[in-house]
Amino acid sequence: MTLHLAVALDGAGWHPAAWRAPDARPAELFSPGYWADLVTEAERGLLDFVTLEDALGQQSAAFHRPDDRTDQVRGGLDAVLVAARLAPLTRHIGLVPTTNVTHTEPFHVAIGIATLDHASRGRAGWRPQIASRAADARHFGRRTTPQLTDEDVLDPERIAARLRPLFAEAADVVEVARRLWDSWEDDAEIRDTATGRFVDRAKLHAVDFEGPHFSVRGPSITPRPPQGQPLVASLAHASVPYEFAARASDLVFVTPHDRADGRRILGELDTALRTTGRDEGTRPLKRFADLVVLLDDTEAAAGARKERLDALAGAALASDAHVFTGTPAGLADLLLDWRPLGFDGFRLRPATLPHDLEAVTRALVPELQRRGAFRTAYTATTLRGHLGLERPANRYAKG
Amino acid sequence: MKQVHLAAQLPGIHNVTVWSDPRSRSQISIDSFVRLAQTAERGRFDFFFLAEGLRLREHKGEIYDLDVVGRPENLTVLAALAAVTDRLGLAATVNATFNEPYEVARRLASLDLLSGGRAAWNVVTSFDAFTGENFRRGGFLDEADRYTRAAEFLRTARELWDSWAEGDVLADAAAGRFVRPGAGRFAHRGEHFDIEGRFTTPRGPQGHPVVIQAGESEAGREFAASDADVIFSKYSRLDEARAFYGDVKARLAKYGRTHAQLKILPTATAVVADTDAEAVAYADEITRAQVSPQTAIAHLEGVWGRDLSGYDPDGPLPDVDPEPDSLVLKGHSVFRKGREETARRWRKLAEERGLSIRELMIEVHGGQTFVGSPRTVADAIDHFVQSDGADGFVLVPHLTPGGLDDVVDRVVPLLQEKGVFRTEYAGTTLRDHLGLGAPLSPTEAS
Repeated sequence: MTLHLAVALDGAGWHPAAWRAPDARPAELFSPGYWADLVTEAERGLLDFVTLEDALGQQSAAFHRPDDRTDQVRGGLDAVLVAARLAPLTRHIGLVPTTNVTHTEPFHVAIGIATLDHASRGRAGWRPQIASRAADARHFGRRTTPQLTDEDVLDPERIAARLRPLFAEAADVVEVARRLWDSWEDDAEIRDTATGRFVDRAKLHAVDFEGPHFSVRGPSITPRPPQGQPLVASLAHASVPYEFAARASDLVFVTPHDRADGRRILGELDTALRTTGRDEGTRPLKRFADLVVLLDDTEAAAGARKERLDALAGAALASDAHVFTGTPAGLADLLLDWRPLGFDGFRLRPATLPHDLEAVTRALVPELQRRGAFRTAYTATTLRGHLGLERPANRYAKG
Repeated sequence: MKQVHLAAQLPGIHNVTVWSDPRSRSQISIDSFVRLAQTAERGRFDFFFLAEGLRLREHKGEIYDLDVVGRPENLTVLAALAAVTDRLGLAATVNATFNEPYEVARRLASLDLLSGGRAAWNVVTSFDAFTGENFRRGGFLDEADRYTRAAEFLRTARELWDSWAEGDVLADAAAGRFVRPGAGRFAHRGEHFDIEGRFTTPRGPQGHPVVIQAGESEAGREFAASDADVIFSKYSRLDEARAFYGDVKARLAKYGRTHAQLKILPTATAVVADTDAEAVAYADEITRAQVSPQTAIAHLEGVWGRDLSGYDPDGPLPDVDPEPDSLVLKGHSVFRKGREETARRWRKLAEERGLSIRELMIEVHGGQTFVGSPRTVADAIDHFVQSDGADGFVLVPHLTPGGLDDVVDRVVPLLQEKGVFRTEYAGTTLRDHLGLGAPLSPTEAS
């Protein structure tokens, strides 16, 4: 039984002290060369895709408030532009940037992702993310968003409940983007010299979206993306985001802490699919489990490395996802043990970069290949193709 | 001798592109953008430029289908081009109406970092409800407010770029200090923007991306003199251009700026052939192709404000009067203003010269800017710059993406021989190529 693999890229890695690891490149986190090296390594490992984190505010050790720490990575580049910068340097790997959808214009986000798909010849994905930090709204001065309390942030269900309206708005943003991506039929461009028409205007469609938060008329200014619909992926820890994923996403990342938790979460996703009336026959939802990974040749070495990093950070690594500390072979065991629960693949969050990425591409992947569980070559050319997802028909095309 | 500056624009819309020519390739494939950008870099051009249009143009209530339609999101394409070029500047229009400073500033700063200091931003304001139907903000921005919003938007962006100082990223692993305290902090309280917090993106190699402005009104010229590094001009005839150049450059001193710190670049086309006569013939062909019979009628309708589809493009102008208040051609900036006066002028011209509709439209099209053998074109470009009509040009090809090959292969070497154009890039940033010096700080520019 084969599985899919993605890697989540963020700064110097997912451990707060990753930037102080021996092979870290903290002075280069804002340079193109750093990201080029990471993504070309990921592609050498035949990974399905990478995700790129981003937010419309600086990172913080507190989920819901800015902080004043200077001992962690602060600052970042626009993820869509990083992905575009990497598109010409790669040929197969999917590129999935995160964008905020609360403080942005849906039209701009939609055409940006469509353009990334064109620039990468069909390898674009998109992770829409709501603005969970109230302070970030002050960067725009147009609206306020809920301020989560210290109690709220202890419970994913509470967070999601407080931010429910933002999830509803996010679902609208995804719907608008999907309509804009379809607003050009595939054969709209005709270059008909006899009649002097560059396009067949009957194949360009207004999207006429009207919602409580915004209206968008359309059509898009950008022709239909190569994939038709770039891959929409979202992260979910609670029922509101499970429903968001069921409604809006092609792929969902969840964070089980063990097998039983995995089974429970997949059950909740099934419930969400039923509740939202989504037919997986026509619109499959891919399910990935997220894991933070800290990998070395021996368990002892991995444990020791974690301790050193924790000491530098001043606290043990805390994560929404399960933290795997061990060997690539041990990780392969876990992935293959969880796979039959119903996960299509796994998104691995390297604790430090490039060390844990290379452990994935140079040790985990060969181990999985030996066990017949992972591709030995790319066979598809698009991100949807890697995931076995068909190119959707255009909703506006007749017949 | 003044150095000539050259930029290359891949035209996004308008009838500049002769898409019916079999040599015209895709308007959306990344290959076309890569090809033109790499050609420009081979030609040692200062920068590559993309304009913006955020709603498909409409004509009589339907999508306008005669010109190329469909374009990418600018900054996303420029970021991809940063991977396949090394020195070429990367400029895009990003409007200040349907955007917020925080997001635009971070994207431009990101592009600057991702390109090693080659980002440039053409600041424009849209002001119409038509485009606004695609955006949360909706349509309307009073025309009087355009420049005040654009000015405050730009100054806010500069404050955001300055919120990270040089060296704020310490990356001191031993001491455990990644950033200086307070890096990225900002607060701006103004008429259009009231924002504060922390900016995400460290200072790029240019400090501030190059800022371009395109206004020709009094307010536009003053804004460029106080706040911009480059001003796009629409004057490609030497006499008008010299007047504009002199006027704009004279405004700089009161801001403590030198003439070199604001470069004036008209948009221009170049048609190159082995001989002047061949070039003139080729230029006529291009203009005729750009003003097809259908295009002639459509443009006339744009001014007349009414349906003229019953008229023969090879026949005389309509005897009916224009509808002054109706906007037949939406999203097409040329036809916004002064249509009555334009109609009068055109009627007079057509009568005097006995021109058909299509012949009139070809006449008022203005033709191509620089037409001739490589020597003729090089001399004309050089003369224009040395006569203070411009500091250089933004060249727009009529074929995508090969339309500047002739300029790069045959004209640039002659400019280089004359010693008025670089043979190699001396610096690494776009500010270096344009000879601008350090960026304006917000306090300087007010």
